[in-house]
Amino acid sequence: MTEQERIQKQRTERTHEESEDVSIVAKKGEQLKGELDDLLDEIDAVLEENAEEFVRNYVQKGGQ
Amino acid sequence: MAIAKILGIETEYGVAGGPDFDPTTASSIIVNAYAQQGRTRITWDFNDESPGTDARGILGLGALAPMIETHLANTVLTNGARLYVDHAHPEYSSPECDTPAQATLYDQAGEEVMRRALQVANETLPPELAISLYKNNSDGKGNSYGTHENYLVSRKVDFSDVVRAMVPHFVSRQVIVGAGKVGTETKIGEASRADFQLSARAEFFEEIVGLETTLKRPIINTRDEPHSDAERFRRLHVICGDANMSPVATFVKLGSTALLLAALEDGGASQFPTPPTRPVRAIHEFSFDTTLRHAVADDSGLTRSAWDYQDELWLLAHRYVERHGGAAVASPEETRQILEQWREMLDGVRDHPDDVADRVDWVAKKRIVEGFQSRYDLPSRDAKLRAIDLQYHDVRRDKSLAQRVGLRQMASDEDIRNGVLRAPEGTRAYFRGECVTRFPDDIVSANWDSIVFDVGHGPLQRIPMMDPTRGTRELTGSLFEQNSTAIALVAALNG
Repeated sequence: MTEQERIQKQRTERTHEESEDVSIVAKKGEQLKGELDDLLDEIDAVLEENAEEFVRNYVQKGGQ
Repeated sequence: MAIAKILGIETEYGVAGGPDFDPTTASSIIVNAYAQQGRTRITWDFNDESPGTDARGILGLGALAPMIETHLANTVLTNGARLYVDHAHPEYSSPECDTPAQATLYDQAGEEVMRRALQVANETLPPELAISLYKNNSDGKGNSYGTHENYLVSRKVDFSDVVRAMVPHFVSRQVIVGAGKVGTETKIGEASRADFQLSARAEFFEEIVGLETTLKRPIINTRDEPHSDAERFRRLHVICGDANMSPVATFVKLGSTALLLAALEDGGASQFPTPPTRPVRAIHEFSFDTTLRHAVADDSGLTRSAWDYQDELWLLAHRYVERHGGAAVASPEETRQILEQWREMLDGVRDHPDDVADRVDWVAKKRIVEGFQSRYDLPSRDAKLRAIDLQYHDVRRDKSLAQRVGLRQMASDEDIRNGVLRAPEGTRAYFRGECVTRFPDDIVSANWDSIVFDVGHGPLQRIPMMDPTRGTRELTGSLFEQNSTAIALVAALNG
């Protein structure tokens, strides 16, 4: 293997590794997004129906 | 040597619903409901309360002593806590604990007390008058109520050193222990145009040091009411914190503060980073900046972000534990956990917020608020987003959003249920809790530093408990084993 070829090989390997890293990150990102979507569905199901009224009616006397 | 950092949290809960939608009535119903379902009809004794006493020794003209409302419902629980109505809110003051993890457990026991009280109260009310409770700090309309921490501090430390050392922590710790808030609700907040803040409470602070807790709130509160031997102890009353739903956040809030106070006692104030020149502005601006990049200047012109302050303070605490151990705060294992979680949360909020969404309340809340906003294409501060903010703190399990975001737990449900009934064993709360559990019919009243017995003949007997580190199971457990009646116990104590 000539010097040129060795550098070429190393470069290819590195590019390969990098693209694997990127795909792991992308996969993790998709997984997180999926989890968040499920969570938002769950919140949607329990959130007080009339948000406007719920928030407006919550008035407290100041405390400490 | 640093003294034992006995500590605890008092929480005023937000309250909605009830007859005539009157919060004081609803709060009384809550406290009475709990008192009726347990053996907690022992009333609080106000003899030693003096919230107007100022740690600086002088009383400023504008600093009015807070009023004590003695006519409202007020009880002592078998776990040594106090449950009462304060300023139109039901309040749970945890018993004195001897480590941050234990104080976290007793804070969660308080949530469970409120949950049970709510259940009992709502069984007696028609559905349209049902009460709901929120462990939060404001109503989104400019009204705030507190979550106060208390720490036992040696009287040998000069109060000006407490201010000098602790201001940097109190203005910056919100980057990891802020509860998060949608929008703003004060003039200074509105001017910032922040749509989301790190802290629910920060924008309400107007002074650096002061006696008040309801108006012109100060970052460092000077209320000098040690509820113990005033020659030896101070009780540092910290009023600038948020109510955390994340147990790990509560643990790190208490643990970091306790370690820094111990470091102050052992090594003085000069090792601490210098406070910002304008601390009140700093606590506001840090809260308004979710990018965590905003920096403020100290007197020498050096600028630091809240993150930078926390980084320096973590190093200080880490060095302190390496050199002195952290025995005043907790066991070596627990001290290690405090430092580890503090570090992970600090690095996490800057580098990988999603990784700490299971521990940092503001990150967890911001994530669902922004998720909702983008899913339904809502404007910032939309009512739905404010509703998420409020409901994050709902005490009811079936309504609470904090219950659903996957917050990392510390204590088991069983330990928390046990904490509702039994007092911590390593402080005087043990003695109070045992007396209330064993002799409810013989106790006239109790408070933090004494219990008054009526043993049927002769004058009432006041048992003083002036040292929070005594009255432990180790010191008094055999006394309860040997004396099965209140008369015998009082006689043994007087003998």
